[in-house]
Formats: sequence, C-alpha cells, structure tokens
Amino acid sequence: MTNSINELENDSKCIFLIGTNTTENHPVIGYKIRQNVLKNGAKLIVADPRRIELAELADVYLPFQPGTDVALFNGMMNVIINEGLADREFIENRTEGYEAMAEVVAKYTPEVVAEICGVDAEDIRKAARLYAESEAAAVCYAMGLTQHSTGTDNVKSCCNLALLTGNLGKPGAGVNPLRGQNNVQGACDMGALPVVFTAYQAVTNDEARAKFEKAWGVELSGSNGLTLTKAINKAHEGEIKGMIVIGENPMVSDPDLHHVEEALDRLDFLLVQDIFLTETAKKADIVLPGVSFAEKDGTFTNTERRVQRVRKAISNIGDARQDWEIICDLSTRLGYPMSYNSPEEIFEEIRTLTPSYAGMTYARLEGKGLPWPCPTEDHPGTPILHKEKFNRGLGLFHAIEYIEPAELPDDEYPIILSTGRSLYHYHTGTMTRKATGLHEFMPENVIQIHTALAQAKGIVDGEVVRVSTRRGSIDLKAEVIDGIREDVIFTYFHFAEAAANQLTNSDVLDPVAGIPEYKVSAARIEKI
Amino acid sequence: MDIKLTIDGKEVVVPQGTMLIDACRQAGADIPTFCFDPDLKLAGSCRMCVVQPKGWRNLVASCVTPAQNGMVIETESPDVIEARKVVLELMLARHKLTCHTCEKDGECNLQDYCYRYGVTESRFVGKVHSLFKDDSNPFIERDYDKCVMCTRCVRACDEITGARAINVMDRGHHAKIATSFDGELADSPCVFCGQCIMVCPVGALSSKIAAGKGKPAQNEKVLTTCTYCGTGCTLELNVKNDKVVGVTSNRDPEWSPVNRGALCVKGRFGWDFINSPERLTTPLIKENGEFREASWDEALNLAAQKIKGIKEGYGPDSLAMFSSARITNEENYLAQKLMRAAIGSNNVDHCARL
Amino acid sequence: MAQEYRVLLEYADKINPEKASDYIKVGGYKGLEKARSMNPKDLIEEVKKSGLRGRGGAGFNAGMKWSFVPQYPETKYVVCNLDEGEPGTYKDRIICQKNAQALLEGMAICGYAIGSKQGYIYCRGEYPFVVELLKNAIGNAKESGALGEFDIEVRMGAGAYVCGEETALIESIEGHRGEPRFKPPFPGVEGLWRMPTVVNNVETFACLPYILTNGAEWFAGIGAKSYPGTKVLTLTGDIENATYFEVPTDYLLRDVIYELGGGVKGGKKLKAVQVGGTSGAFIPPQNLDTPIDFDSMSAIGAALGSGAVFVMDETRDIVDIVNRIAKFFEHESCGQCTPCREGTFRCKEIMEKINNGRGSLQDIENLKLLARVMMKASLCGLGQAAPIPITSTLTHFEYEYLRKLV
Repeated sequence: MTNSINELENDSKCIFLIGTNTTENHPVIGYKIRQNVLKNGAKLIVADPRRIELAELADVYLPFQPGTDVALFNGMMNVIINEGLADREFIENRTEGYEAMAEVVAKYTPEVVAEICGVDAEDIRKAARLYAESEAAAVCYAMGLTQHSTGTDNVKSCCNLALLTGNLGKPGAGVNPLRGQNNVQGACDMGALPVVFTAYQAVTNDEARAKFEKAWGVELSGSNGLTLTKAINKAHEGEIKGMIVIGENPMVSDPDLHHVEEALDRLDFLLVQDIFLTETAKKADIVLPGVSFAEKDGTFTNTERRVQRVRKAISNIGDARQDWEIICDLSTRLGYPMSYNSPEEIFEEIRTLTPSYAGMTYARLEGKGLPWPCPTEDHPGTPILHKEKFNRGLGLFHAIEYIEPAELPDDEYPIILSTGRSLYHYHTGTMTRKATGLHEFMPENVIQIHTALAQAKGIVDGEVVRVSTRRGSIDLKAEVIDGIREDVIFTYFHFAEAAANQLTNSDVLDPVAGIPEYKVSAARIEKI
Repeated sequence: MDIKLTIDGKEVVVPQGTMLIDACRQAGADIPTFCFDPDLKLAGSCRMCVVQPKGWRNLVASCVTPAQNGMVIETESPDVIEARKVVLELMLARHKLTCHTCEKDGECNLQDYCYRYGVTESRFVGKVHSLFKDDSNPFIERDYDKCVMCTRCVRACDEITGARAINVMDRGHHAKIATSFDGELADSPCVFCGQCIMVCPVGALSSKIAAGKGKPAQNEKVLTTCTYCGTGCTLELNVKNDKVVGVTSNRDPEWSPVNRGALCVKGRFGWDFINSPERLTTPLIKENGEFREASWDEALNLAAQKIKGIKEGYGPDSLAMFSSARITNEENYLAQKLMRAAIGSNNVDHCARL
Repeated sequence: MAQEYRVLLEYADKINPEKASDYIKVGGYKGLEKARSMNPKDLIEEVKKSGLRGRGGAGFNAGMKWSFVPQYPETKYVVCNLDEGEPGTYKDRIICQKNAQALLEGMAICGYAIGSKQGYIYCRGEYPFVVELLKNAIGNAKESGALGEFDIEVRMGAGAYVCGEETALIESIEGHRGEPRFKPPFPGVEGLWRMPTVVNNVETFACLPYILTNGAEWFAGIGAKSYPGTKVLTLTGDIENATYFEVPTDYLLRDVIYELGGGVKGGKKLKAVQVGGTSGAFIPPQNLDTPIDFDSMSAIGAALGSGAVFVMDETRDIVDIVNRIAKFFEHESCGQCTPCREGTFRCKEIMEKINNGRGSLQDIENLKLLARVMMKASLCGLGQAAPIPITSTLTHFEYEYLRKLV
C-alpha cells in the first residue's frame, strides 16, 4: 500500500474497491472501510463481478465482466479528462507521459467501455466523478485485479487513475494493494524473489551484487532466476531437477494441479519444510518439521509495509525445529556455514543490507512497529509513500490498451470461472482446515452460481454439479445466489479434495509478473 | 475553556466537554462501570458509575454527564454506595452464579465490584427466566443468563465490525440480546469476529474454541502478529503450561496499531491448528514410496547430499526454491541467502502471485 | 366559584376541527399571523412572559425551552407529543378532536420562533382515528394557506408507554427502539435526527394561539401565578362525572372532585385520589384543599402530571391497586437502565408477594430501598417515577400494607 490502513477509516473521502472482497479476505480492513462509509459518509465504489458485502453500501456498484479492468479504468479516466476533473497541477508538476496515455484513453468513452465491461455507461461516469471529485480518494485492490494475464496492465491502469487525479502522496488517497498473506510483503522485501535481493535491489545490478557478495563472502549469480510458476513448468520439462519448498503448497495453490503433480513427480529430489504433511509434502523425498508462528520470534511485514514483531509463545512442538535453524543447518552442510544466535541477530544483518529497513531494530519495533522506508535509527518510518516525489522522480503514465483475457468463453465452455477465498479459510487450508471451528463451520467447497443460470440448467441449491474446464472437472455443491453475474461462476481454492486449481490455466501467465489468470477460465457447469 | 470542579474534596481542572467519569478518574477516583467503553458510543445505562453532585436531587451517571464549572462531586457518598450495591444486587438476582467454571472468572466486572462493595448475595432474588441461547455455531457461546445488558456487544458489532447482527429484543426485565427474530448467529449477518466477546464485561459471551482450556485471567498472554492475511493484526496468544489455549486481543493502539483489538474469525478462533495432532514433529524420509521417521542429522545430511549431487550434476540453476509468505522476514532472508549464496542460483520465489 | 374556564375548548363541538375555515371564523390563525409579524426573539420573549409551562407533566417553561435552540443549524424540528400513554389521560385526544387547528397553529408558531419548517406529531398508536383527523386537518390547513411554509407530518406510535418520554419519542420517530436517550444533550440542541428539536405536549402548543392573540399578560393572569393558564383534566375511577373539564390552574382538587366531578360515585367516601397518571402520588383526603397547579401539587409530594384524576372510594384495596400499577411499570420499562429494568420487575414481585399475603416487614424495607435507588439512579423519568405510587401509599396508607403481611 502507498498509504496506511487506518487512513481508510479516518481520512479517505472516497474508496474505490476493485478486485477485493475486503470484508472476507481482509476482514479488519473491511470493518474500517465500512465504518468510514457509515460514520463519516465516505463514498464507496465497488467493481466486482460478485455482489460482495461492501457492494451493498456502495454509492456505485459496477458488476463488470472479469478481465475487463483496463477498459474500466480507461473509461473512468476518459470521463475525468473530458469533464475537466483531472488534477492539472499534479500532472504538470509530478508526472510524465500524460499525452500518450490521454491519446489511448480518448477512445474509451463510457459507451464503448460499457459494452466491453457489461455495465451501465452512466455508472462509469458516476464512479469517475465520485473518485475524481473527492478530496482524498483511495483505490484498493487485491488478487481480483492482479490474477489476470494482463495483471501488470491492470495495476498500471490503476496507477494512471491515481496519478490523473493527484491521489498519491496524501492522507486518505493512494494505490493500495491489499496483500493476501501475513508476510507476503516481507517475503518480497527480503528478496525471496528471483530477480532481486532485499529491498528490491536487482540481482542484475552489478553494484548491488557486489554489495551482497562482499557481505556474504561468496560470488553470486547475476542472471534472473525463475518465478514459481515458471519453475514448475521447467520442472515439468525436466530442466529443474531439485526443489526446496518451505511452507508452500503448490499442490493446491498453483494453476492446473494435474500439471503441477506431474512436474513434482519428475523431480529428482524434493525437500519440503512445513508444519503439516501438506499435499506437497506428501510428494517430498524428505520432510523437515518447522514451527508455526506461535513458536517463533521474528518479524512480519504487513500490507501497509509495517514491520511488526512476532513473539514466541510456546516451545517447539515435538522434535520440530525453528525454521531459521533448519536453514542454517542445511546451508552449513552444503558447505556454506551459517550461524546465528537468534532471529534478532539475523535482523541486524538484514538491516545492514536493506536500506528501507536500515533504521529498524527490535527495540524500535516493540509496540507499534515501523512502516518502511525507515533508513536511519532516528527516522519515524513512512506511512505514506510518494509524498514529495516518486522513486523514479516523476510519476509515469502508461498508455494501456485493453486486451481480452486469454481464455474467453466459447460454445464448449460458455461461462467464466473465477476463484478466490472465503472468510472462513485461508489459502490452501493447511492451517484453517485443521482449526476445529473453521472446519466445522465450512467443511467443504461450493460453486456459486446465479439463480438464472441455475434455473436454465435445472440446478437447485445444494445439488452437487460438475464444473469443467479444458484442464479437468471437479464436482461441487451448488450455492445458488443472486449476487453474481449470470455469466460467471465462482469457487474457493482452499479445498484439496475439490481443488479449484484443477480447473485453472497454467498456460497463460502475465508476461511481466508471471501471475496466473485465476480470475478467468472458460468453464462449463452441468448436472451430474 | 477549562472547567474547575471539586471531586472528593480535590479540585480538578478539565477541558470543556469532559465527562465526569474522566474528571473523577483524573482526581484519582475509581469509578466502576459496565456499559462504558472508551471505544464505543456512550450508553449511560448500567448506572454503576453514578456519582453525587452536591445540591442535585438525583445521582448522575458520570459517563454521560459533562463536567460543569463549580460542581462538587462525591464519588462514594452513602447514596452512591447504596445505589451501586442495589444495582449489583439486581444484576446478581438473575445472574447464573457459576464463577468456578466461568471463562471470565478473575476478570469479570460483576465479580470485582461485588467484591469491592461486599455484595455476597442479593436481597431481590425471585423468579428466574433463563435466557441462555443454545446457538449451534462453533465459535461464540451465548450464555445470557450471565448477561448484564450493558449492550457493549451490540455497539461493538455495529461500531467496530459494522455487522449489525445483534440488538436488544423485548423490553424491561425480559429485554435480551438477540439476532433478528431471535435466531442463531449463523443465520444472521454475524461474521464471528468475536468483538462481542472482547467487550463483554462479564462471562455472557465467550469463545467455544477456548472453553475449558484455561481461564484468560490466569493465562500468560503473548503479544504477536496474526499468521493469516496481510492486514497484520496484533493479537495475544494465551498460553498455559506451554500450550496455546486461546486468543485475546489488546485494544491499546500503542500495542495494536493496525486493528486496535479487532480481529476476524480466523484470528480469534482459528488458532487451534497449533495443537493439531497432525503437526509434524520429526523429520521424515521417503523410502519405497513410504515415509519413515528420521533423525535430524540423517535427514539434513541426506538433503545436503541430494542437493549437492544435483548442483554438481546439472548446475545450480537446476535447483529452485519456494520460500514462503508465511514465515518471518528473518527466515525469508536466510532462505534466499541459502539459495543464492550456498547453492548459487536466483531461482527463489514464493507464492506472492497466488 | 366552581366553574370551568374554557380557552382551548371554548368552541368544542361548535366547529369542525378538521376545517381551518371554521377555526378562522372563531378567531383562529390570528396568533400565527401576529407571531410572524414579530421578530423570533421577541416572540420567544413573549411566550416566556406568558409563563406558559409544559402541559405534558414536566412543567418546564416553554419559552425558556425554545430559547435553548441554537440559531445556526438550518434544519430544526418541532415535535408534538401526542403519545398520551398515561392511563386515565385523554385530554390530548379531546383537544385534537375539539380544536385540532389550534394545535397546528401552535406548532407553526413554535416553528417560526425557532426557525423550523418541519413539524411532527407523534400520535399514540391506540388513536388511529385521531391520526385520520389530524391528517385531514393538516391537509385542510395547508390548502387554506394558513400554515404557510410550515409542514406537519403525523407519525404513529406502537403502544409503548415510554415513548411519551421526549427522547424515546424521538428515537421512535427515527425508527429505532423506543428507548430514552441520556441528557444532556437535550433535544433543543440535539434532537430528532441529531438536529435541534423542540418537543412540546399537545396542550402546550394549543395554548400558544391564545397567548399570541390575547397577549402574554392575559395568559399570565389566569389561574396560579407560577403555572398560569388553564388545564384540561380528565376524571376517571369512582367518580360521578367521569369526563373532561378545562379549569384555571388555581382550581382546588376538592372542587374538581366534588363540584365538577359530582362527588364520589354512589355517595361513598373518598379513600384516595391519584393525580397525573399512573406514576402520580396517591393523595389522601386530608390534602384535597390543594390547588392543582404544578408547584402546589409538588408541595404535597404529588404531581399535576398530565392532569389525569383517578378517584378511589373507601372500598378500594390500595395494595391491590399499587400491585397492578407495579405490573404496569414492569411491562412498560424499556429495559435500558439497570435500576428500572430490574427494579420494576422486583417491585412487582414484592408487591405481588405482599398483596398475596406472603410479605414480611423485610419485604417492605426492600421495597423502600429499591424505590429510593430507582428514583435517584434511573436513566429517565419512567424509572424515577415508577416507585412514586409505592412510596406515597407507604406514607399515607401504610396500614393497608401492614395488615396484609404474614
């Protein structure tokens, strides 16, 4: 997030949610948005193919067709430019590339976009005006925006909108990705990415590499590594021979599970470190028992970039070991000795190599934690990014054309399957399905289907139906609802035994981010 | 403009608009409350916080009465003590007195105030109407035979979570907390965040997941960051005998900056996977398609040997690592360091995209 | 001397209350005209000067109440309390049925004084026919142009006694549970939909046209000095003439019963009279020579309240009656504050116990303790007043209790 969570409750005058079912996936942020709307009268725009809870409170609800995000953004920007609602001063002083963007956007009139997105042109105008005319407008998104073959374009369009209206660098505004996992921000910050070291220092940058080589006393590779999705494909092709998986479950979380299983089966060696014998761990040659958050000290970095302490509450379970100790042990046995006395000592090393964490110490993180960047020990942290200038200096507009999703419905697979999460489960269910209450409350997967589609197919609520895509079929209980587009069906991916990712597409990834198109698969639903 | 008033013989100065309760506390008076909650709208209804302004006919609820210039307040006058005792006795007259098995034992306002005012039993015991709600949900116990009708749960549900699942139903002595049409929570807009449990001053609302495992008042509480979504809520793991037995939350923004005590169903009730018998407790090595238990030395040596073999045979880029969005920063740092420095490849990623 | 003095009811049954034109013929809407010719501040001063005090029971100076309304907010409301939930009270209904236009005119005068264009009448749920009448009267008045820009909407209650309390009434209009708010803030500052609001009783509003037309001095000269004007009383119970009367406020209670009321029914002796509704004190015969005005009634530990006069003859069982009253309050407590929610219930339990001959002296002590705390610590007037019948009968009719004890 460019801004911080509590601004969404206190400072935002308008909130635009696109591709985030906030009350289910980031419930506490959802509460805050709701309170801002109910108590302070903040305006709310919701764009989602499903009529999510917050849509009920929305001033404008846009049930747009999955994968048409760029068109929707361009349409809103078209209105903003044509109605003179753009922030000319901000564009003048803080951005570049406006002309090229405006030229593309000019084609996307609300009428054109209405046709593409399947929403009312007047609603696009209303949304554009609400967003542009508000003193501070925040846009929040999650995987609904990013898990597309055009995910990167979608995010850039979102940034265009914020730049166009000067909604960056001030309280209550911003471009705010709501990140799905407790420490996904931290994993990225720490360089658990194939192209960067910590704090996004490129592995291809000689200077950065030299710094890490010096610190680590070893020569480092200067070529970009493989993303997770590509690594699976390479394993399938036989080029990746061995894999180390720490606390991940690609056998449930990755697209086209049949393909993932084949890939893992072809490995010479699979090492899995986890707290449960996950579907992936079952495939492993060696499984090492790590510990849960309750058993460890360290830090997590949340979606607003706030680094917060994790504190050990109980001892390791059984013979399980601290994950950091396991990594050190393995590294040492690989001939690269690692030795630390505590997570704090590791953190001390991190901050010497990570400019945005340089000013943080465990002592300073006690209490409220610190949002990065925090370059020095007297720096208070940065709740709002891009206040004076952007990282690159001027904010860059991108001229982006709408591209259709990779797999569109056709005669054989006439509807769109979208996937996501429920309030009651988390990711691959490794933890939540073993939590007694959550499991009891939501023991099995469902497929959400619109009443009209159900009627046309003769499907009744609670009936087990077959959902198929070009990858395969699964049988799911139908949940017949009104709050979804008629041409879209939706299911959860938490359930290994009815795994949504048996249906999703691994062939098409976003060309930049390598993200799979989970939100759009052509599908068919039928009675059994 | 500042306001000067006298409380229990002490002169205090407070800003205009200050409620008497804050002025009294500033003067060092210990004002008992049930319905008052600094994070919620005022109710002024439990009447436990009454104080005596000199020259006024009635007692006033200090939580909803603004301090006025020149007021002379007594916080423990005989009338005040009499009123508080009677309020306690009225509550006690219908309270299911099962303190010994109550989750709230030891941090219950009713218990504490009865102790303070020496109220051992009620003179007003009569008919008892059971209001216990047998609600089949797996998260929240609703034992309204312990309810004091402070309505903090109703306000928290509205003002923190915004679910508006519960409200007061019926009137007078028969008033109770209910969902629409007095149904079960699962059939209401309830999202099982448990904010109602967090604000309940007595044992009427409690966690079914934590029930019987340890009274929160006696548990050690370890402040940490939730392991679920990226919001980064602060929560307190309740520990007893080296075991996690529950989750509570801290509402102080200095310690819970993001969520100020608010949690969701996963954070508050989804913790018992920690104690799952399915947790991995020892290294496993697969032989002939079956796992067998192994020592750490054996497992780590074998792993190192396999990895070295692949690296030597096919080069470092024939190996890949999936690190985790679940583990800590420190562990992620070491994981990528292992991949880059020990193995020599940049093939490290995690599930940020999934 | 025992004469009615009719101001509000002067043309009762002589004019059609729905018709503005009928009312205008007998001098109606002149007060509003005069008010509108005045500066709102002067108007409020004039009302203050008349000494008009609230006729709903609390007896607060009406002009004073209006003067607390801040000038700056654009939206303000005038609310008429026609909840009339006190058992035995029906004077507001009578005023509406005989002279509805005076109520509308009074509300419009208030609207002009405080700068409000919207009025609400909150009508008791048991009076659907009055709602009908008022709607017609408003329609007719609007049509005739008499109300000018001032609009009035009628809202209906659903039978809760507590909604006669002005803030519970406001909550009810807003569509919430009828529960009183804590005060301050008073409705004058933060009332209906959190905007400044004047809530007055039907009778209070209906006095205004006459004050404006005849002058504040004229009104101040009628009846008791500290509570001037007339009061519409409703007689119920063991009384010959169980009907309504309009009398000057210095009228003696004895005359109400024995002159206008025609005495106790069947020539029996009087045991007690309860004035002001169910929460009123029981007055023994020795206190009958008290004027009915607010302060004189207070002086004998009673209250004029709504002006209901409930007469009990010598055969009545006081404890049984109080037991029934306790049941009433147990039923009508909203349940918000502890002393009232639990106290009304326990009062009823103990009263039942005593009435059934199972009570002890300790029960009477407990009752007294409970009553004391309820009166001192309850959130609103309901809980504060609910024990009055108990305490007043324990004062004047203790022997009736004692003889029922075990």
